[in-house]
Amino acid sequence: MKPQVAFFDFTSCEGCQLNKLNLENDLLDILKHVDIVEFREAMDDKADFYDIAFIEGSISSPSCVERIHDIRRRSKILVALGSCAVNGGVNAMKNLHPIDDVRETVYGDDKYLFATLPAMAVSAVVKVDYEVRGCPMTQQDFLKLLISLVMGKEPPKYGSPVCVECKLSENECLYNRGMVCLGPITRGGCGAICPSLGQFCTGCRGLVDNPNMDGMLDLMTSHGISLDEAKKRMQLYNSNEVQL
Amino acid sequence: MSRDLNIKVHHLTRVEGHGNIVVNMKDGVLEKAHLSIVEPPRFFEAMVKGRSFHEAAIITSRICGICSLGHQLTSLVATEDALGLEISEQTRLLRKLLIHGATMQSNILHAYFLAAPDFLGAGSVFPLIATHKDVVLRALRMKRVANDIGDIVSGRAVHPITPVPGGFTRIPEKAELLELKRKLLEEALPDGLETVETMKALAGAIPQFERETEYISLKNADEYAFYEGDIFSSDSGAIPVQNYLDVTNEFVVNHSTSKHAKHNRNSYFVGALARWNNNSAQLGEEALAAAAAMGLKPNCHNPYMNTIAQVVEAVHCILDSVRIIDKLIDDGLKNEKPNQTPTRYGRGISSNEVPRGILFHDYTYDNKGNIIKANCVIPTGQNLANIDNDMLKLVPEIINKSKAEITLALEMLVRAYDPCISCSVHMLEVDFIE
Repeated sequence: MKPQVAFFDFTSCEGCQLNKLNLENDLLDILKHVDIVEFREAMDDKADFYDIAFIEGSISSPSCVERIHDIRRRSKILVALGSCAVNGGVNAMKNLHPIDDVRETVYGDDKYLFATLPAMAVSAVVKVDYEVRGCPMTQQDFLKLLISLVMGKEPPKYGSPVCVECKLSENECLYNRGMVCLGPITRGGCGAICPSLGQFCTGCRGLVDNPNMDGMLDLMTSHGISLDEAKKRMQLYNSNEVQL
Repeated sequence: MSRDLNIKVHHLTRVEGHGNIVVNMKDGVLEKAHLSIVEPPRFFEAMVKGRSFHEAAIITSRICGICSLGHQLTSLVATEDALGLEISEQTRLLRKLLIHGATMQSNILHAYFLAAPDFLGAGSVFPLIATHKDVVLRALRMKRVANDIGDIVSGRAVHPITPVPGGFTRIPEKAELLELKRKLLEEALPDGLETVETMKALAGAIPQFERETEYISLKNADEYAFYEGDIFSSDSGAIPVQNYLDVTNEFVVNHSTSKHAKHNRNSYFVGALARWNNNSAQLGEEALAAAAAMGLKPNCHNPYMNTIAQVVEAVHCILDSVRIIDKLIDDGLKNEKPNQTPTRYGRGISSNEVPRGILFHDYTYDNKGNIIKANCVIPTGQNLANIDNDMLKLVPEIINKSKAEITLALEMLVRAYDPCISCSVHMLEVDFIE
């Protein structure tokens, strides 16, 4: 029997799911090797058990917590897809502000109408077996993981920072061009796509292991931005990790 | 007929985000019919507070993957307005090309993958692969070309990379644009015209339902408006974008984490059908012929026809993209750097038509270029009150049908609006309560 695969979305933009639907050239081939049994954004069907459950989005409300526990109980393998699921992503920026202020900014006097929690990684609530990083996750990373899991192999891991991939692409360093970039502390695997297109690294794949945070702050502040601004830039995708 | 009816569709499928349909009728009296939005609140306006103008569009594009390009460009224009950053004609043309790509990809995704299964009695596009493989392959090809526009012009179609305040970090090469033009003319255009034939054949499955309402979109004297223009109401005419708050009048309702909106009446319609009703005279003859073939007429008051208006727009976007590419190449591609030197700091407001309707971003910056205050008003949020009003009129009209048929008609109604719930809460489910 083909593996039974399901996709679930929590607090997110659903861009990672869309990226799967954007695998136009590979979508029909994928369906030869797996059965998609649940994918609310694209289909009506529902199932009871899953061989592989892909989770997009952060856990950010009491109902999210209940739902993810329920999915975990019914899944053999659980995969976090994209930065919202892996570490909270941009959603976690709200955790930097007092929660009452955040609610009041958006809903005013009706701030207590809707339940909310700090935005959490899926792994903060249930066991996560594998992760696909990035905002959005790339189609190639998703395909590599899916193929590995279907074949019963260990999926590839990325340890080196974006800077390494940027050098391999023979890009001029963006700091030389007067820009501030998070390549030195950010986990690679993206092929340094943003710097290669002239845009700074935003840190969307999360931090490398043992990042040199002080060195990063020195580099940023020596290129004309304030310490406060440098910290905020580092927190863009890493608010749950970078406590400064 | 005195009937008790209790419908609750939990987490409606084939829409972006989480919503429930709730309908509650007791002794033939409709007590409740609404779309309840249950997506967790996202709090983007709070997240961007204190952030640099370099980051604003990167963050707000994450409101929604499907609409990421629309949010990004609308954010950039608001920032440019606030900081006094002028942009070049080339930047303007590249942005219009990007909006066409995003509109085409989103409209095709909705028409084929989310709406069409209802017309064919299927629960998703996946069973259609066996029964209608040529149609599915055509949809995938059209999506691919649309996404190619995003990949080539903006680095990637979901969460674009190169559009920044003041311009682009990379200008596409002439050869890339020419290849895009070839695909648009040789692949997308024939597929687009075939799509019209397919939709014409399925049009009998579109429910006959009419409810006249206020239609709001952008309007631009020079072209069918997507990028730049004035707000236009079918009730009261043009309104400057700067006065958008007079139009949107957002309010909180307890069945929705997304705010509702109202202008001249207690609800209004935004999206492809509103654009069609307000601006169809500005479409080219191919798009108008497509509309005529599928039975879409000006001043159409059937919300289910929104899907058909989307297909008409896809045809328009294909042809207008070719026109834009020709103009970019005729004018000569210039390797411009983005203009990122602010000439003032203050408030900036912008509006573009994104696939689901008119979108507003409004930022106020301090003199360091950091955001003090932000407001985003989202198309789906603006449509929610109108969806509820459609349900209130529709349910009594079809009350003699079975519960399953009523549920399907309501689900199809909500899907016709192509709601984007992540956006609206910066949220869908269906509940009937008997």
